Amino acid sequence: MLASIVTLGLIGLLAACALGFAAKKFHVEIDPREQALLDILPGANCGACGYPGCAGYAKGVVASGSIADICPPGGQTVMQKVAKIMDLAPVTANPQISVVICQGDNKKAVQKYNYLGLTDCRAAQKLADGPKTCPAGCLGLGTCAMICPFGAIEMTPDSLAVIDRKKCTGCGKCVKACPRFVIKLTPLDATTHVLCNSHDKGALVRKYCQVGCIACQICKKTAPGAYEIENMLASVVYDQHREADQAVDKCPTHCIRNFASGYPDGSRFAAPTVPIKKTKAA
Amino acid sequence: MSSSALKTFPGGLHPPDSKQATAGKPIELSPLPVELILPLSQHIGAPAEACVEVGEFVLKGQMIGRAKGFVSVPIHASTSGEVIAVEPRIHPSGRLLPSIVIKPDGEESWCELFPADPEKLTAAELIERILQAGIVGMGGATFPTHVKLSPPDDKPIDTLILNGVECEPFLTADHRLMLEAPKQILAGINILRKILQVEKTWIGIEANKPDAIALLQELCAGTGIEVVPLAVKYPQGAEKQLILALTGREVPSGSLPMEVGVVVQNVATAAAIATAVIEGKPLVDRVGTISGPLIKKPKNLRFHCGTPLQHLVDLCGGIEHPPAKILAGGPMMGQTQLTLEAPATRGTSGLLLFAKEDLPLRPQTPCIRCGRCVQVCPAGLLPTTIAAYVRLDLIEAAEQTSAMDCIECGCCSYSCPAAIPLVQSLRQAKGMILEKRRGA
Repeated sequence: MLASIVTLGLIGLLAACALGFAAKKFHVEIDPREQALLDILPGANCGACGYPGCAGYAKGVVASGSIADICPPGGQTVMQKVAKIMDLAPVTANPQISVVICQGDNKKAVQKYNYLGLTDCRAAQKLADGPKTCPAGCLGLGTCAMICPFGAIEMTPDSLAVIDRKKCTGCGKCVKACPRFVIKLTPLDATTHVLCNSHDKGALVRKYCQVGCIACQICKKTAPGAYEIENMLASVVYDQHREADQAVDKCPTHCIRNFASGYPDGSRFAAPTVPIKKTKAA
Repeated sequence: MSSSALKTFPGGLHPPDSKQATAGKPIELSPLPVELILPLSQHIGAPAEACVEVGEFVLKGQMIGRAKGFVSVPIHASTSGEVIAVEPRIHPSGRLLPSIVIKPDGEESWCELFPADPEKLTAAELIERILQAGIVGMGGATFPTHVKLSPPDDKPIDTLILNGVECEPFLTADHRLMLEAPKQILAGINILRKILQVEKTWIGIEANKPDAIALLQELCAGTGIEVVPLAVKYPQGAEKQLILALTGREVPSGSLPMEVGVVVQNVATAAAIATAVIEGKPLVDRVGTISGPLIKKPKNLRFHCGTPLQHLVDLCGGIEHPPAKILAGGPMMGQTQLTLEAPATRGTSGLLLFAKEDLPLRPQTPCIRCGRCVQVCPAGLLPTTIAAYVRLDLIEAAEQTSAMDCIECGCCSYSCPAAIPLVQSLRQAKGMILEKRRGA
């Protein structure tokens, strides 16, 4: 009885000494700023900053002593706090948001075959370049929605990806995942976009999609500074996007849309009110 | 002979083989179509480079596409006629790829041929003739044969295996070829033996082709070639599974059969090699099985490479209503076709047409953990686990779970009672792993 108590006690004592020694000997110095940064970061581990997760970002920022790599989901608010902790001048975050530049759901765009495989756009794209006749339109199998760390993307009943502007943080994960490059990052305050991604000629676009850009130049004539047409596809010049709204009602195929007045058909998202996302001014 | 005594591999299954429709039908010659579409990519590797121009008159067997790189083969005109276009046309892969379109003159006049006696040629000369004839693996993978026959010096080859298994349902083209041209296959085997200097040669044939086994056994008596009946099980004809069944050697993960001293060739490839070396004729035609429930008169046809699929369907009695699924190759691993306008190429071992009611389309339900996919996987993988990793975008985990060893045989999807697209997920995993490796 006594022997076992003594033995166990001794083992315990020895182990405690060893642990204590190890803790001193192998102590890793952590910059207190790292923990402070980690506390204010959004914690989504989305990787949009270019580091592996928020802890990686905190470590990277402290190690490099620079805040040139911004945290897109955190936006201006978080970047100001980061600058304060690091004792550096604040960096402008240029808040961005993802936009699916396609409205061609299964009712509006033609399918060239009936896809039966894996529910993943990347797999479908490998099978004869995707089931949609349009070479650049949304395939609607929801890879972006699956990948979004913020749950900001929904698929409409007619298979079109729509991004909730209230939830999207502009991390850009969906942009990288989309095999057809239908999603692009745009300035947050720009609400008018050309929702088409096809560079085909107008006559061809009309054959496979009711809402495709036919490069008719009407938007450019209506608001000359706000639009440019390149390779048979119109796009908004985001430096001048405030004038872009004038052309929304003029577009013959209704592929220019102002998100302030609603999302594409079939979306359950409520129309965002302007300003779309609150960001504290610098 | 009881089935348990037959050599085989672990895993696999036996789908209804549906071969009765064509197994007893002799190979028929396909007449020329109105135009032949010859894609410059009819093999694995770099596409050939067109070396003819629109308006040029070409002879049958004339080289019209030059091989570009080591893993590439030349393309030849499969009949004489006029080149009417060099443009992107629909390829069996569903993409628009550069092709040479020939309008046949109906004469079938051959270009100048150089017959040779294989006994008098060296191994290097034989391989050169095989390359110049554009020979590729005709089981469907279309891997350039000359590459397989040129192993590096530190990989000695001691065994040659001829693949006459034809384990895919519906297909009977290799079976008919073994019955109708066994001497040519043997001539090809002798050329292969001379090139590789192997100690052992096997011909593996599934036991459901007793007539072919008996015929080849009789012809091979005393030649040192052993004809082995194999268990009737899919995918018995998969390269690594066939090697394991016959030699007991397992090809290590991520390597080629040459690692274990084996070269595997399809019997149809052996026949094509004999034609190429002895007669000097390049690979311009092949045998394929045209079958499936929608086809009125299923046939085994010898067709010109580049024949539009529609022409083959018309030769087999046409179809009444549009097919719901067109497959080039077998039902387990064949390639789904977008339209019948696509051409049959050097790798088209079959053309199968199915109506909507023939397709076992069931809604996908959750995995019930029955483990059937694990049981049947011939590569010993965990298909459900890897599919879950793909769903969760955990590509590194999928790589560590040996997703790259998947041979895409489709046994997992076939056996899944919940209709989960497992092999599709594995293909996706493989694609993403390769993409990651290229980027890293």
